[in-house]
Amino acid sequence: MMKFLKIKPTVGLLSIPYSLIFIFFFFIPLTLTFIISFWDYNEYSIIPDFIFENYSYIFKDCFNFEKDMCVTFKTYLSTFIFCFVTWFFTLIIGFFVAYFLAFYVNSITWQIVLFLLCTIPFWTSNVIRMISWIPLLGRNGLVNDFLLSTGLADAPQEWLLYSGFSIVLAFVHLYTLFMIVPIFNSMMRIDKSIIEAAYDNGANGLQILWNVIIPLCKPGIVIGSIFVITVVMGDFITIGIMGGQQIPSIGKIIYVEMSYLQLPAAAANAVILLALTLLIIWIMTKMIDIRKEL
Amino acid sequence: MKKSLTRRNMLKTSTAAVGAVAGAGLLKGFPAIHAADAPVIRYLGTAVNMGDAVQKRLFDDTGIKVKFIVKTTDEVVKTIFTQPNSFDIVDSEYFSMPKLVPSGNLLGMDTKRIKEWDNVTSAFTKGEVAGKKIGDQGTAPKKVMYLKGAKSKEFASEPTQYVTLIPTVYNADTLGIRPDLIKRPISSWAELLNPEFKGKASILNIPSIGIMDAAMVVEAMGEYKYPDKGNMTKEEIDLTMKIFTEAKKAGQFRAFWSDFNESVNLMASGEVVIQSMWSPAITAVRTKGIPCVYQPLKEGYRAWAAGFGLPSTTKGRQADICYEFINWYLSGWVGAYLNRQGYYSAVIPTAKKYMEAYEWDYWMMGKPATADIMSPEGKKLASKGEVRDGGSYEARMGGVACWNATMDENKYMVRKWNEMIAS
Repeated sequence: MMKFLKIKPTVGLLSIPYSLIFIFFFFIPLTLTFIISFWDYNEYSIIPDFIFENYSYIFKDCFNFEKDMCVTFKTYLSTFIFCFVTWFFTLIIGFFVAYFLAFYVNSITWQIVLFLLCTIPFWTSNVIRMISWIPLLGRNGLVNDFLLSTGLADAPQEWLLYSGFSIVLAFVHLYTLFMIVPIFNSMMRIDKSIIEAAYDNGANGLQILWNVIIPLCKPGIVIGSIFVITVVMGDFITIGIMGGQQIPSIGKIIYVEMSYLQLPAAAANAVILLALTLLIIWIMTKMIDIRKEL
Repeated sequence: MKKSLTRRNMLKTSTAAVGAVAGAGLLKGFPAIHAADAPVIRYLGTAVNMGDAVQKRLFDDTGIKVKFIVKTTDEVVKTIFTQPNSFDIVDSEYFSMPKLVPSGNLLGMDTKRIKEWDNVTSAFTKGEVAGKKIGDQGTAPKKVMYLKGAKSKEFASEPTQYVTLIPTVYNADTLGIRPDLIKRPISSWAELLNPEFKGKASILNIPSIGIMDAAMVVEAMGEYKYPDKGNMTKEEIDLTMKIFTEAKKAGQFRAFWSDFNESVNLMASGEVVIQSMWSPAITAVRTKGIPCVYQPLKEGYRAWAAGFGLPSTTKGRQADICYEFINWYLSGWVGAYLNRQGYYSAVIPTAKKYMEAYEWDYWMMGKPATADIMSPEGKKLASKGEVRDGGSYEARMGGVACWNATMDENKYMVRKWNEMIAS
């Protein structure tokens, strides 16, 4: 408290605009969502109340282990798997792309040009991009044509599209950039002389990578991971379109509830999703203290 | 120094941009109808059947301008609830009425102000086509048409002066198929779950409409006969969803679709050969030169109907302009425009005046085309000699089995549907 008061008034003033934005567009809506998640509702309105029905329904039958796994657990399990697989591939690919950009491309111009190339997936609208996968991966698509004509497969491979595979492919294709940027940023700040010192002390390339570069890139890796995981946790458009609407996502459940004006139920789902996502981020920041590293 | 200057400039421009955006946002808050000279109507709806040609013709005929607020079916309903003053007129579906009317956000429409009211098709007013009763399972328009008064929140069972919506457009929906890939006649809804089409079928992922298609299939398979498909009990919902969950687990469906364009792509690419589909989607596949049939089925059609409503705050000059717009809409030109897209106009005699005889024979009478049939945009839809899928108006609308619906157990149904998707 004392510390807070010692801040110069001018510095305090500078933080006002952002604080206001934060309060009005983040804190207040979030609080409202939390409050409404305890309200009741009917077909056309929401009714102020304090009930736990919205939450208890989400976990209905979830702790009855004789039956099949409940929808909520199934949905979260599938979302967690997508998160992990997407995180794994974006990390591996993103790390090496960033590595190449930071250590093998020496001119700033080329770094910028190559960076722009990485943003190409974002140049078209979401829907068009998703639809464009059909001619590539579809039953009569390019990949299947190739497999059939070379004799590698004797029937069209249906798992290429509208499957877990196509969802992960679309995620990796899109979100690798979110890994590249923070990792690249961390790498650019590594003092080259540290690498030279390691080299002079007889470390080989692999040892330098493992013992010098990766530890120094941790903040970038964590920030990138937070981006990727939060985006995948809340996604329903990519999972919907690439999964042929047959693979569940929490986002889709919330969306359907909202379109049927079941706002309190949607709010309860959103609160749980938010809590879980924050938990994951909290665990990640426990592993590495981002503030200290920055 | 130079750097700070450019940054300042950038700030200036961005502030201006933000200001402009905020200003535009503020302006939207005012009612659009205030100037006496060029009235503008804010038209909320899906606008799938509206094109630039309609706006132009409207302005030429009446001097009224329309600004479309385009949203999906479910979002239109949501907007009426949450922002009832953000539009001047709404194009909504009848099956939303059981939800909307109790909210009191819509005005009872005065039929005395509608010139062509007596000519509105009997499918709406009496649930009859050519004097014969048609299927009324689900939220049939006649059930939710009349109100007890202008401000009433209750439906009247007998015709009254006030109605919920002024009917505009309706159609009978069925399954779309790719005849070139199926290569045999299809005559029943049951074919959607036929293992022959394993991995090549699709259904739409909009619970309130999907459940009706599902019910048609379940009934056609002989699994169960619903007392009312449009108002299932919890047990009936469970049964329907169980059959579809099993089919889904067995890999029957290639994908589900929720967007019009998705259904077009699934069909055009051959990923799917049989699926629930909407009439303009069939047209879109056909105009690509790919054969696609809106297959009439022996169990009948699932029908839907839409109309115009006004927010309950409408009065005075604003109401006058909206009624003028509706009267223009029903006066024939738009009716013909809708009929040419494969829909049906609510007022048939006026639409006839604006159609050529050969068009009328093809679209409404079910006769073979005596010339190429063009869409309103001038694209070829059918060649000389072809007959419309399902035939005449009387054969198609007369064959309606049920209507899009809002069920009493809607909440339960949406949850069960979500469970099916998650299974």
